[in-house]
Amino acid sequence: MEKLINDFSFGLFFWQILLFVGLVLLLRKFAWKPILDSVNNREEGIKNALESAEAARKEMQNLQADNERILNEARAERDGMLKEARQLKENIITEAKTEAQTEADKIVAQAQATIESEKKAAIADLKSQVAGLSVEIAEKVVRRELADKDKQLALVESMLGDVTLN
Amino acid sequence: MQKISVVRIFMTLALILTSLNLVAKDAEKVEKEGNEDLKSKIEAYRDHHLQDSHDFTFFSDEETGKHYGFPLPIILWDNGLKVFSSSKFHHGETVAEVDGNYYKLYHSKIYKTDAEGTINYDEDHHPTNAKPLDFSITKNVVSMLFIASLMFFMFRSLAKSYKKNNGIPTGVGRFLEPLVLFVRDEIAIPNIGEKKYKKYMSFLLTIFFFVWFLNLLGMTPVGVNVTGNIAVTFGLALLTFLITNFTANKNYWGHIFWMPGVPTFMKIVLAPIELLGVIIKPFSLMIRLYANMTAGHIVIMSIIGLIFLAKHWLGSPLSFGLAFALSILELLVAALQAYIFTMLSALYFGMANEEAHH
Repeated sequence: MEKLINDFSFGLFFWQILLFVGLVLLLRKFAWKPILDSVNNREEGIKNALESAEAARKEMQNLQADNERILNEARAERDGMLKEARQLKENIITEAKTEAQTEADKIVAQAQATIESEKKAAIADLKSQVAGLSVEIAEKVVRRELADKDKQLALVESMLGDVTLN
Repeated sequence: MQKISVVRIFMTLALILTSLNLVAKDAEKVEKEGNEDLKSKIEAYRDHHLQDSHDFTFFSDEETGKHYGFPLPIILWDNGLKVFSSSKFHHGETVAEVDGNYYKLYHSKIYKTDAEGTINYDEDHHPTNAKPLDFSITKNVVSMLFIASLMFFMFRSLAKSYKKNNGIPTGVGRFLEPLVLFVRDEIAIPNIGEKKYKKYMSFLLTIFFFVWFLNLLGMTPVGVNVTGNIAVTFGLALLTFLITNFTANKNYWGHIFWMPGVPTFMKIVLAPIELLGVIIKPFSLMIRLYANMTAGHIVIMSIIGLIFLAKHWLGSPLSFGLAFALSILELLVAALQAYIFTMLSALYFGMANEEAHH
């Protein structure tokens, strides 16, 4: 202990305190504060970056889920639309078919009617021609027949007989 | 095969050793007296090394009496400020005369003497001469100045590198930053607590690096022993003591003077003990650092001294190896003591700031 006290130098103690306190104050201003602040900032930054990465990841997941949902919806909609279109197509086809059928029927009926009327007209024409022809023939026959009086009478007789029969 | 040949080599070595030993025995007697002389010289050198010095001597040539180094300024307060160079003492060999006063360097201390430099002793062989107040820039002060400026530039560059490099340290900062973080995360926050550690950080960081660097400087061949000086450790411990007690809260003082949760009689008994503890804590800091560093220096210097004393040819390499191993140990001690000093300071600050929890 005596040696310790003897070794104690007040001058050294004085300089030591002065130097050390000065060093603490200087370093606090020029080194420790900026260093610790920078480190803190960096740590904050890293923490924030990690948090935002996590948030981004979650958002991404949400987005993906959303996309999936939208895609599914779109798919369903497309399916629905296709189905509808198919139905529409079928409807149109059946409609067209029936319409065509009726139209065809109508045309056929018309054609038949026309044919009928044409036939009738043809028959009528044929009849009138046959009548004219027969009148002409009859005229010629009559002219020859009438040259003979008996024959004329016999003809009238037979004609009258025919008329009654008709 | 290998084993046998190794054993054989050892046997041969042992034989050579013993025969050499016999030859050496004769020479030993002659050298014995010279050895005693060398021993006391080494002891003197070691003691001198442990102490502060008024000049910076790297080594001395004994034969020519020349010292290699540089003188340092002497600042005395003796009825007025006296400033002169330590070269006036000629390493304690002559008396320095300043303004009609005579001063003599005796065992690293400056005494006021007469023109002849007589020193009077009391019965315990202590000088009775007047001692002027000595504010000299001694070797230790120079070392501290050196370390302080080194620290300033190192940590300033670290602080600057953050701004330049977008928050990432460069160069020496890459080594320093983990240490700064170590002090913060392993010493300050666990001992003081997340809330209050910030105001102690400057002190803790400074004291950690200051003590560590000074310890390391003590291991260089420059041969300074700053942290093994009681005045220095006293100064550091005193600062811890002052900071602890000036920043202490009500709870801390409550635990000292009126310990809660014990009978009144015990409160009275405990108060002086606790009060003593307030002083013992920094006192132990002071002694611990001083004793560890001094012991380390003594051991290493003694073992290095053994190199010169060793009679046997194996002695010197052995001493060298031992000194080498111990130097590595001292490197560890240098860091460990800095850590312990900082850690305990932080612990005391933490105690002073503990909140009541009942």
